[in-house]
Amino acid sequence: MSDQSDGTGGLTFDKSKKNWPNELNVFGAFVLIIVIFEVLGAIYMQQSLLFDTRDRFDSIFNEARLRIIIIQVAIIGIIAIGVTQVIITAGIDLSSGSVVGATAMVAMSFAQVAEVNGGPNPKAIFGEWALDLPVLVPVVVGLTVGLLAGTVNGILVAFARIPPFIATLGMMLFARGVAQWWSLGNPVSFPTEGYAKIGAGMMPVVIFLSLALLFHFIMNYTVYGKHTYAIGSNEAAARMSGINVPRHLMLVYMIAGMLAGLAAVILTSKNLTAQSGMGLSYELEAIAMAVIGGVSLFGGRGSIIGTVIGALIIGVITSGFTFLRLGAFYQEMVLGCIIVGAVALDQYQQKRSAARA
Amino acid sequence: MSDIILETKGLTKHYGGVHALEDADFQLKRGEHIAIMGDNGAGKSTFVRQITGVEQRTRGDVIFDGVPVNFAGPLDAREAGIETVFQTLALADDLNVPDNLFLGREKTKFDWLGPFRLLDYKSMREDTMAGLVKTGVKIPNIKNTIANMSGGQRQCVAIARTATFASKLTIMDEPTAALGVQETAQVENIVRTLKDQGESLILVSHNMRQVFDLVDRIIVFRRGRIVANLNVEDTDGNDVVSYITGAKTGAEYEGAA
Repeated sequence: MSDQSDGTGGLTFDKSKKNWPNELNVFGAFVLIIVIFEVLGAIYMQQSLLFDTRDRFDSIFNEARLRIIIIQVAIIGIIAIGVTQVIITAGIDLSSGSVVGATAMVAMSFAQVAEVNGGPNPKAIFGEWALDLPVLVPVVVGLTVGLLAGTVNGILVAFARIPPFIATLGMMLFARGVAQWWSLGNPVSFPTEGYAKIGAGMMPVVIFLSLALLFHFIMNYTVYGKHTYAIGSNEAAARMSGINVPRHLMLVYMIAGMLAGLAAVILTSKNLTAQSGMGLSYELEAIAMAVIGGVSLFGGRGSIIGTVIGALIIGVITSGFTFLRLGAFYQEMVLGCIIVGAVALDQYQQKRSAARA
Repeated sequence: MSDIILETKGLTKHYGGVHALEDADFQLKRGEHIAIMGDNGAGKSTFVRQITGVEQRTRGDVIFDGVPVNFAGPLDAREAGIETVFQTLALADDLNVPDNLFLGREKTKFDWLGPFRLLDYKSMREDTMAGLVKTGVKIPNIKNTIANMSGGQRQCVAIARTATFASKLTIMDEPTAALGVQETAQVENIVRTLKDQGESLILVSHNMRQVFDLVDRIIVFRRGRIVANLNVEDTDGNDVVSYITGAKTGAEYEGAA
């Protein structure tokens, strides 16, 4: 502190100490990864990853590939929005993938048509009463199942004070069990036309981006968001400041659960079937999106925008490897390195900015 | 309005078999600055925690601003007008200055939205500026997160809470324990500013020079009991030390320790 206070008051503004938004770093990494793929593409494939180089079309971008990139991350991206909030409170949610599995089975059971090709639905789980229901029913059922799982997670973490890792690990196993028990391992198929529209075409992307926008707003401009950051940043301080920490944590896990439920509805609608293995390892991909997007596992730092960019990074890498005709195993190796690298880089920057202050 | 802002009668706190605080009778006048001194484990922090509602007392009365109070938690105490700067700074590192000042009592709009009610950033920022100017706190940029600030700046932010919310009593628990010389000077200046503004203050400190510099009266705790109540003019460092170590006990407290 160079300017000694004489008690007369006043403020000084030092622009050099202004925070550099972390999202810009993540975005920089995103651009860098695209550039790397473009260069590799130009050298090995004589093609561009994202831009249209074919003479037949006059579009700037390779729209088909852009669409694939974002569609393939949209559904897990929805889960990642909830997971991001959980991680910001310094928690973790390992259950989301299994919750997707369980919710998919349950929701789909209420979305089935009565007749397939003139005969009764061979996969019907319940009797007549559960067939040809209005689309609202399976959607509400799906959201409720997700909410229920989130509520149990919340109670375990906030009130029973079980570490989030263990509580959600338990839920992960439990929900996967439910998914398999529900129809004794059989797939549930043939949804109504209305239900099939929810996840058709670009709908998952529209829902993902709308939710990202909504939660970006909530995290930045509402009391809910502020308290979420406060709890992750310093739980004792949050409690001391009068924030009802257990109630708030409860709410965060409930929202995460509900978003996993929604993802399951969209996923089953898109695939027109539900299987007990659905959502396998989605929780890890969602966590990876958040971590690559700059969300700190120690809590308090990160943003929805960061997670969205993190999701896009994963999308570009997945697409890029296919584009370069490299096997999926290389993809996972590189993804693993990128996750560790992202966290290492973040740690290094934290240390540097702490030393500067 | 009575002249006394805070009074405790027979305030006692037991942690199981440990008698951390026994029968503390204490009075603080409006606008008075007093220091609480004592060895580690003498009951200073315990005393503060009972007044501020962080813990629930075993027995005894706390009378604040003329009314007996029973704070269920620190927020209750804060709403009643007691601001506390805790030893472990109750600041969220990843939030900026206004966010921290208003943590737990944000100014909001559209309150019908429940937990999703909107934050009134503009109004909170203005109040923060006013509070900082009032206390003479200098912070490079209030939009900076606490993580990017020095220890002194952090302490100043914690203290600036007091000025932002027209509080009736400020309690500081070792505000300069972890600070350098310059930063300590800055915090002490803020304390003087508060004195000029007629704020009542309880300062828990180990720093003899600081205490003699800043306060009107010194209360000494030893082994959970108040053993001395000294006017700064009538005492000196050696005197206070002998009370702290137990070599001496105040006449009115004979038999207490």
